[in-house]
This record gives sequence, structure tokens and C-alpha cells, in this order.
Amino acid sequence: MLMLLLPYAVSSYYLGLASKILIFALFAMSLDLLLGYSGLASLGHAAFFGVSAYTVGLLTLRAGASAWLALTTGLLAAGVTGALFGLLALRTRGSYFLMITLALAQVLWGIASGWRSMTGGDDGLPNIPRPDLGLPWSLADTTPFYYFVLLIVAAAAAILARIVRSPFGYALRGIRESESRMSALGYNVWRYKYVAFVLGGLFAGLAGCLYVYLNRFVSPDYVHVVRSAEVLLMVILGGAGTLVGPAIGAGLIILFENVVSTYTERWLMALGVVYVLVTLFAPRGIVGLVQEYWRRKSAS
Amino acid sequence: MSFWVVHALNGISFGMLLFLLAAGLSLIYGLMKILNLTHGSYYLLGAYIGLSVVRGTGSFVLAVAVATLAIALIGALMERFLLRRFHLQELPQALLTFGFLFIFADLALLIWGGNSQTLPKPEAFAHSVHIAGIVYPTYRLFLIVVGLLVGAALWWFQEGTRAGAMLRAGVDDEEIARGLGINVSLLFTLVFALGAFLAALGGVLGGPIVGVYPGADFEVLLLGLVVVIIGGLGSLKGALVGGLLVGLLDNFGRTFFPELALFTIFVPMVAILAIRPTGIFGRA
Repeated sequence: MLMLLLPYAVSSYYLGLASKILIFALFAMSLDLLLGYSGLASLGHAAFFGVSAYTVGLLTLRAGASAWLALTTGLLAAGVTGALFGLLALRTRGSYFLMITLALAQVLWGIASGWRSMTGGDDGLPNIPRPDLGLPWSLADTTPFYYFVLLIVAAAAAILARIVRSPFGYALRGIRESESRMSALGYNVWRYKYVAFVLGGLFAGLAGCLYVYLNRFVSPDYVHVVRSAEVLLMVILGGAGTLVGPAIGAGLIILFENVVSTYTERWLMALGVVYVLVTLFAPRGIVGLVQEYWRRKSAS
Repeated sequence: MSFWVVHALNGISFGMLLFLLAAGLSLIYGLMKILNLTHGSYYLLGAYIGLSVVRGTGSFVLAVAVATLAIALIGALMERFLLRRFHLQELPQALLTFGFLFIFADLALLIWGGNSQTLPKPEAFAHSVHIAGIVYPTYRLFLIVVGLLVGAALWWFQEGTRAGAMLRAGVDDEEIARGLGINVSLLFTLVFALGAFLAALGGVLGGPIVGVYPGADFEVLLLGLVVVIIGGLGSLKGALVGGLLVGLLDNFGRTFFPELALFTIFVPMVAILAIRPTGIFGRA
């Protein structure tokens, strides 16, 4: 509601920022499906984000593909990557899983950065055009693109909300709490985790597609561990396992980065500090703090 | 023929650096179950501190001593005051070490600038030697020897000393070890410091051949993780074998497929994950 009226209230700069926040909210929610609901802490979620972005970018630039083709192929690429990485990583747990997801994503980064002839290396791929969907409003303009993003993210969020409230979603929560118990109850734990992993990858891929269209540019940064760390922080800061928490976390971190970069170049350090502070003082995130506050209030 | 020998030696010497890094990662994980992502920073900061010391005093030996001890101290402080609060909570510990990786990365950029630099080789090893029909830099041979010596020292420590026995006890079962009166908390701090020490040693020793530049922390951390994935987390043997393997692969990869160098590492890593996810010498 508020989001729908936003273009009438703010300038196009802030609309672009709002689009970015929406995209990262989707990205964060996709990771929440893994971390918050399935208990899968992945340090390589940017892999799916970047793979779909590069696919869209390459297809649009090099093959002149239409938006529909690029988007579907991008999503497919993210899904395939999720399927492959899931097969490799899900045989492990805990620190091993963290380590392997990190390594897999970083290797993708290395390929993106090193394969200059294909990906443009560290310079990335510029001048990717916005999708032409045959609508009367050109998506190259900020406002129509904002609505495009809003629509897609809202739809995706609705689907994610349905997923986490479904029997599948509750099974995931059970797995998060105790895999052995769920296994004893007859659930094929690995299969549930795998499906969650691929789904998370798909939604992250969707966010990646939107982001490459927003920026009209893709670079290895999309896949770098810093990006994975960013989205992980958004989930934790907002509150893992709540879906809305990570969305809030995304908004906060993007705004924070925006403010910090106007004052200093040291935003990486600032991000690191936020990481440390959140881990030390607010491990359940903002939503966790709010819940704690209400709990204390109603108890007194 | 000489081409292969040169490149093999390059790979092995680089592999020794990776072994130093991976040994630290493995030791820390083995005992404390902490995935220390700050390890990359320890490497880079060690290299930068070494660089400053060499610039200031001209002594490579002093650079090694100061850098390794300084980083060991930082490691000890981090473990004692921050990581210990999250004992056995893997995600918060990973996040904390992650946060510090970023903080140190930016700090290094702030202090030493963004240019790529190299540590000058120590005079004693700045030349080349004729062996086996090739001319090869003595520094790299020095690295290989150091790597083997450190490996031997770590092995002797772990298997042959009482402290090593306490370490192995702590790895096997922390609670019982504490029950036996072993000061596991002190062991934690010391082992963490040792791991950091090794990383910094790798940083200073690697400075002359790998260079010292922003981003080296992430790159070296990735390679360290790959080594540990292939060799097995918590295993010294795995760190050595994995280090040599990755060093050789990385080198030959860069030589034959410069654009896809990381791909040559990717494939064996995927293979290990598919066949034996805990690594060659890893514990299940």
C-alpha cells in the first residue's frame, strides 16, 4: 500500500534505492528459507544470485535474447546451480556445510573474475538493457521498473510465505530443530533439505535477475563472498526464520550502506563491525529483539 | 622436461604456503570446532607487518618474528575474549570471524594502501641455483624446506609431546579431557594463537612470491578452504597432502588455462565432495 504510492512521494534516486531494497529483501527471504526455516547456514548464497545475473546479462548482450527467454534461462541456471551445489554440500553439516558453500561460491567468483573473454572479468558486463515486455511504459524508466520489481517481489514473497506455512514448511522447521527426530518420524530429511536448497537458490536467482536489470550491469561482485555475507547479515539482523525479518534487515543494511558510503570509503569495515555487533548483541535479530520486548512487557 | 620440474617445484613451494595456512585452520577446527574465517586476514596482516618491518629494519628474520608473534597475539585475544563466548556455536563463531575478516581487510587497506606490493627476498636466498639441469630460485627451495620442517615439528608436537597428547585428548573428547584436569581453555587459546602464528608465517614467507595486496586474504582463504575440504578438516596429514595437491593444481592450472585457473581446483574439490565429503584424511 505504502509501497504502491512511493513513486508519488520520492524522487527517482530514492525509487532506485527502494527497488534495490526490494530486490535484496527477496534475496534475503530466499536465504531465510534455508537458514531460518531449514537450519542450513549457507555462506555462498550469492552463487545463485550471480549465476542468474550473469546468464541474463550474457544472453541479452551476446545473444540478443528476449527478456522472457533471458529470465527463464537465468532462473533455470540458478536452479541447476542449486541442484548441483545441493548435491555436493548437503552431505555435510554445520561447519563443513558453511565451508563448502563458501568455497563453491568463491570458485564461481574466481571463474567469473578470471574468464575475461566470457564474463569481462573484473570489469564485468556493462550496458545490459532493461527488459522490453511490450508494455506501454518503458522499463528503462525508474518508476515503471520500480512497479515491475514491486510486483515480482510481492508475488515471490507471497509464494515464499505459502511455502513456509505449508506442511513442507513445517517439516523444514522440524528438521531445523532436530534432524534425528524427523528422521525417526519417517521423513526423508535429505530430500526436504535438498528441495529447500534448490528453492532458495531459485528465489535468489530471481533476485539476481532483477538486480542485473536494475543496474544494467553485472560483475564478479555479484558472486563474491562479501555479497553472500551481506545477505546473510540481512537475514540475521532482521531475524532468521521470520521471512519479514530478513526483508527488514535488507532495508536496514542497504540504507546503512548508503549512508556510510556518503561519509567514508570504509564501508567494508563498517559491515564487519555490524557483523560483530549483531553476533554479540542481537543474534536473534531485530524481530527477535522486538519479540523479546513484547514478551517481557506481557510478563510484567 | 625442465619445464615440468620447474613448474612442479613452483607448485610444491606454493603448496607449502597453503599447508601452513591449512594446518592452522585444521588445528583450530579440530580442537575447538571453530571455522576461523579470519585466517585469511592473519595471512595478509602477517605479510603487511612483515613488509613494514623489512622496510624499517632491513631484516627478514626480524620481520618473520615480529609478524608471527603479533598475529599470534591478536589471535589469542580474539579467541579469549570473543570466540570463547560462543563455544560450540558454529554459526556465531563463523560470523564473528567473518566480520573480522572484513574489518581487517579494510584496516589493511587503510594502513598500507591499495597498491600491490612484494616483500623483498632475504639476501641469503635471493639467488638461483643449478640443480637437475635447471636454474631455480633458492627462495622457493627454502620454502619447501621450511614447510617440511614446520610439518615435522607440528607432527612431533602432536604425537610426541605431552602437550600434543593433551591436544589430541581435547580433540577427541573435550569434557573428559577437562575432567582429567587438562586445562582445555588455555589449550584453546594457545592452539588458536598457534594457528594464527602459522598463517602469519605463511604470509611473510609467501610475500616475496605471492605478493602482498588487498584481496589476497580472500584468495588465500579460499585456497586454504579448498585444501581443507580435499585433505580433511582437522588433519595435519590432510593439510600437507591437500596443500601440495592444490598448490600443484593451481600452478598447472594457471600455466595451461590462465583464464580458468580456479576451475582446475574446482574439479578435484567437487570430486572429493562427491566421493568422500569429509576429505581424504578427514574424520566423518
